[in-house]
Amino acid sequence: MKQLLMFTKVMLILLLIATAIPMAELDKSANAFSNQVIRQGAIGDDVIELQARLQYLGFYNGKIDGVFGWGTYWALRNFQYEFGLDIDGLAGSSTKNKLVSASNYDKQYVQNQINQGNSFTHYGGTDLNQQAPANNGGSNQNDGNASSGNSGGGATSANVPSGFSENDIQIMANAVYGEARGEPYIGQVAVAAVILNRVESASFPDTVYGVIFEPRAFTAVADGQIWLTPNETAREAVIDAINGWDPSGDALYYFNPDTATSPWIWTRPQIKKIGQHIFCK
Amino acid sequence: MLKGILITVLSVGVIGTAVWGYQEHREKNAILINAENNYQRAFHELTYEIDVLHDKIGSTLAMNSRSSLSPALADVWRITSQAHSDVGQLPLSLLPFNKTEEFLAQIGEFSYQAAIRDLDKDPLTDEEYQSLQGLYKQAADIQSELRNVQHMVVKNDLRWMDVETALATNNEAADNTIIDGFQTVEKTVEGYDETDLGPAFVNMQKKDENYQYLEGKEISKKEAVSEAKKYAQSPDDVKATVAENGEGSDYGFFSVSLKSPKQSVETNLDITKKGGYPIWLITAREVKQQKISLEDAHQSAVKFLKDNEFEDLDLFESVQYDQMGVFTFVSKQDDVRIYPDSIKMKVALDNGQILGFSAEDYLKSHHKRDIPQAKLSKEEARTKINSQLKIMDDRLAIILNDSNEEVLCYEFTGTLGEDTYRIYINSENGREEKVEKLQNAEPIYEDVV
Repeated sequence: MKQLLMFTKVMLILLLIATAIPMAELDKSANAFSNQVIRQGAIGDDVIELQARLQYLGFYNGKIDGVFGWGTYWALRNFQYEFGLDIDGLAGSSTKNKLVSASNYDKQYVQNQINQGNSFTHYGGTDLNQQAPANNGGSNQNDGNASSGNSGGGATSANVPSGFSENDIQIMANAVYGEARGEPYIGQVAVAAVILNRVESASFPDTVYGVIFEPRAFTAVADGQIWLTPNETAREAVIDAINGWDPSGDALYYFNPDTATSPWIWTRPQIKKIGQHIFCK
Repeated sequence: MLKGILITVLSVGVIGTAVWGYQEHREKNAILINAENNYQRAFHELTYEIDVLHDKIGSTLAMNSRSSLSPALADVWRITSQAHSDVGQLPLSLLPFNKTEEFLAQIGEFSYQAAIRDLDKDPLTDEEYQSLQGLYKQAADIQSELRNVQHMVVKNDLRWMDVETALATNNEAADNTIIDGFQTVEKTVEGYDETDLGPAFVNMQKKDENYQYLEGKEISKKEAVSEAKKYAQSPDDVKATVAENGEGSDYGFFSVSLKSPKQSVETNLDITKKGGYPIWLITAREVKQQKISLEDAHQSAVKFLKDNEFEDLDLFESVQYDQMGVFTFVSKQDDVRIYPDSIKMKVALDNGQILGFSAEDYLKSHHKRDIPQAKLSKEEARTKINSQLKIMDDRLAIILNDSNEEVLCYEFTGTLGEDTYRIYINSENGREEKVEKLQNAEPIYEDVV
């Protein structure tokens, strides 16, 4: 009886080892990717590798920019379809393993091209020399981490909220910084939200720029403080507001009760106070 | 000798200063005139456009043939948006001039809705003709008032820069003809309060429903704090301050601020008085180096929703900004996605903490809906789509259409060239309700050396 137990134990251990060996091997082959699942919207080195490998196999024809956008998404789904995997558009371990075993990834080459700001491709079966036109760098030179506060690894593109460009965000951040840089974070989000509420409202101009540069609308615009260089916080506040956070409670106006000059502004129905600013309808 | 040198130096200095001062003065004047001219241009264009607007509305009233009505209405729409943009360039923002701007927006909306309508099938109703007549009359009054102001501006050489100064110094006694004139215009428009503009107008006049679907009883300040602590997942030693909404708000809420004494982390959130639901939450802290993937962040967002009993939600969009993951969830009923009910979440990618939550849309519109049976089959709906588009995915969804009504649609996602599109086909009549081109990533522009 005891022997039998011993035997089962040994068998179990052996079995465990046997299953562990191929798993370890798979792990090794996938070690180029980090072991995280890559989903749509992600940015960074994993995405660069994903795009490069998909391009190697001919699924992805877009730019290798390190941003998991729609082009990458459809390429990945096609890959999953062709290789008989679950079509979920997520790069999990089984998808990554399949990718790694089916394609080559010349990391050195890709990183170099990205660092030099070249436009290049990474198709399988094509000589590397033919994949990048000689020396066309410079148009968007990306020297390491110098890109404006982006920590997305070596990504050469960035996600922007739908309907807005990076420059729109920048101008709004300027306005928020000029108007509310001493305010708590939510006060800054609220100021950005007021700008967006005005764009929506019928009684204000219909564009962000129209609202910001409307004469006498914002003191920071009138006295030139809008041209101060904004910090990251202001930028983040603007992105939050664009993404749908509105701490102002649908306000259209705000004022600082200590410095407000117009008696009319006091007649507006007040919603709440954040920091120094009173927000009103 | 010394005296002579001193006199020369001083007089050179005086002459130099005078020349410099004169140049500065001239430059300043040039800039002032430039600014003044911009204001003048915006103002005269505005009066001109109101003129044209009045005439155009007048001629649409007389038109019988529908084939000329649509272009005329489109013209009205174009002129109103120009006039609207001219108003935006005048220094009027602290002057009550909203009614006039709203009037312009209303005409614009009305004429747009009517212009894009198939007037052969669906001609203007009698009420709509009447509201058009009302707008005509209103435009006439605004026109004559503005003409009046314009006359005085031209005759007395009035300057908009003076308006600016008057508004800036806020001199109560400032008797500024232009300001007075515009206030008269505003009063004229106010006199017409709430013209009935017919059904084409639901869009603009739609009142906010103010959280009508919320269930539960009114909560107290104390309960608001405990609810807030629950949502913010904050430790017990957190210091809380609560404030009630001001009188100007359309709905009741508590603003709770939670400060943890140890770390410099602050969480703010608004909670509805009715039922104690979180409208939005923001935790402000610095996010460190990315440690977890966007997918892990997604899982922690899902867990938060589950823990707080927000159920039947579907991930719609995930986006990474720097070290932050932003997720949009929409509710799902009988396998139909309901886009008006959306929740946004922001997750830190250093430790998966929930940094932001925004449920305003969800709380305002979420309720159990009677979803009608789709009249068209999926294949029938598919035939309504541009054949160039390669369809990759489809599902049923409820969206808000142009007139702000909820409609059941087939949602098709497809590609055309490099771009991805989302197209909504009304499941009842096959109308193409909405076509969206989905955002691509934007290249990072570095300073070109």
